[in-house]
Amino acid sequence: MFLYLFKKLAVTIPTFFGVTLVAFIFIRLLPGDPVLLMAGERGISDERHAVLMAEMGFDKPILVQYGYYLADLAHGDFGTSIITKRPVLEEFATLFPATMELSICAMLLAILLGLPAGMIAATKRGTAIDHTVMTTALAGYSMPIFWWGLLLIIFFSGTLGWTPVSGRISLLYYFEPVTGFMLIDSLLSGQEGAFQSALSHLILPTIVLATIPLAVIARQTRSAMLEVLSEDYVRTARAKGLGPQRVIGLHALRNAMIPVITVIGLQVGVLFAGAILTETIFSWPGIGKWMVESIFRRDYSAVQGGLLLIAAIVMLVNLAVDLLYGIINPQIRHTDS
Amino acid sequence: MTEITIEERVDDRPGGLRSVLSEFWAYFSENRGAVIGLFFFIAIVLIAILADVIAPHAPNHQYRDALLQPPFWQPGGGFRFPLGTDAIGRDMLSRLIYGSRYSLFIGCIVVSVSLVVGVMLGLIAGFFRGKIDTFIMRIMDVVLAFPSLLLALVLVAILGPSLINAMIAIAIVQQPHYVRLTRAAVLSEMTKDYVTAARVIGVKTLRLMFITILPNCMAPLIVQAALSFSTAILDAAALGFLGMGAQPPTPEWGTMLAESREFILRAWWVVTFPGVAILTTVLAINLMGDGLRDALDPKLKR
Repeated sequence: MFLYLFKKLAVTIPTFFGVTLVAFIFIRLLPGDPVLLMAGERGISDERHAVLMAEMGFDKPILVQYGYYLADLAHGDFGTSIITKRPVLEEFATLFPATMELSICAMLLAILLGLPAGMIAATKRGTAIDHTVMTTALAGYSMPIFWWGLLLIIFFSGTLGWTPVSGRISLLYYFEPVTGFMLIDSLLSGQEGAFQSALSHLILPTIVLATIPLAVIARQTRSAMLEVLSEDYVRTARAKGLGPQRVIGLHALRNAMIPVITVIGLQVGVLFAGAILTETIFSWPGIGKWMVESIFRRDYSAVQGGLLLIAAIVMLVNLAVDLLYGIINPQIRHTDS
Repeated sequence: MTEITIEERVDDRPGGLRSVLSEFWAYFSENRGAVIGLFFFIAIVLIAILADVIAPHAPNHQYRDALLQPPFWQPGGGFRFPLGTDAIGRDMLSRLIYGSRYSLFIGCIVVSVSLVVGVMLGLIAGFFRGKIDTFIMRIMDVVLAFPSLLLALVLVAILGPSLINAMIAIAIVQQPHYVRLTRAAVLSEMTKDYVTAARVIGVKTLRLMFITILPNCMAPLIVQAALSFSTAILDAAALGFLGMGAQPPTPEWGTMLAESREFILRAWWVVTFPGVAILTTVLAINLMGDGLRDALDPKLKR
């Protein structure tokens, strides 16, 4: 197991340095130099420019600059937003719970619907149910989710007037964030109706963000189940006279879960990409919306820091999934990849 | 001389190319969804080619007397603008028809660029192994560490928002998948006897790479190409929607959606139709992709 962990880290750590290099180079590829960028449209005198360049270390050789950058990162300094003048890490930390809450809800919805849908499709292979589930899943997988979100707004918020259009909670409620998760905070606040308000704001974004992972999980569960159901040990279990529920629930499902878990882990990157669109449509104050706005405001140090932090989170989750995979399936950790 | 025998062996399959194709079609047409997808896709290609002939209006012509006119089946609509008009009086149907050109163009360019570059890198990595392999694969790991849409957004921020730059960004984001697939396929082919035989008789490196090995790695690449064609259309539409892809007044479907956002509660048709166009196109290609995978994947063949 330790050898397996070591092998995985041996790949992850260089990749992480590669990611820092990308984030470091990013700001230098932009037209104009960093000081000019910060000065904005007012411009800056040549002397002041030179002083600032020297102050921030931009006159040093590029490798030295990269060294400084890494040292800053090691001290938890991810840069300072050009617009708000707040540390990027602090901004990220304030907004991250909103994205987390949305992603967790979306993932739960995707798993709760996707697993049973895939299992039913696999056990009813070739029937109308199977075809319906799989066509729906493929449509979900093909969905432009930014449009899907707009459609849901038209129908549920416009025509029916059931759900609010944007934000995390009605403006009528205010309380200090405790966990940063609006559902929990609204319950803790004890204000009447706050939880319902938070929940109604969460429903549509959750559906939109869950759409693609749901489709992927349903498809993956079906094909994993089909593969497992044709294995000898399933036939043996059936021959022993076990009922179909026991065969599927106990023998098949367990082994079918292995590829499904991997796919669920891989959806983290997909969730972040989806969060960019979902949060923009529903004005959800999370990381995705913040990144898009930072790009439009030309707040490049925020983009740089956010890019790095998001990639780091995706990599950590993928590493965790790999390790989990190794724990569930001993074959994996004993074979060379 | 021996070289010829080896090539003959490849073509020795009963019937050669024609039977391979008919076998392919037999598997492909077994999947009804794939056939429907194929016909849909052909229809979209025809619409794109014949846009000048079939579109009732010019895509960017503004009819000042018909702003936000609803589609023909709704009160106030008419057959002059079958699917209605947008906020500045442009015919929705014509814009959708011309929009198909952009989506297909984006798909073709992105797939060709990422396929060619990805296959090259994957072939080099898998064939030569060692340091160069590690180097290429680590770079691909780095690209894959970023959520694809985020990286594409940032790349467009560097390059400047435009359709071409959006396509470059999407191609960069997609090509690690081709590299990984090609490398994996090359690694498994390299262990086979025919490669050893070719080496023994002294086939030159380049010929070995491109003529002996590469054709046998094509099946997963074709499936991936279909899938990334649809992803490219989706991503380009998403970038257009965020204002980072094709710029107005280009009738690109994602850009059309972005322009129509403020009218969602007043004029459902300006929001609904571009999305339907994206969804059906992407769904048709994905249906085809599933059929391709079933027809080309030897594991599933029975």
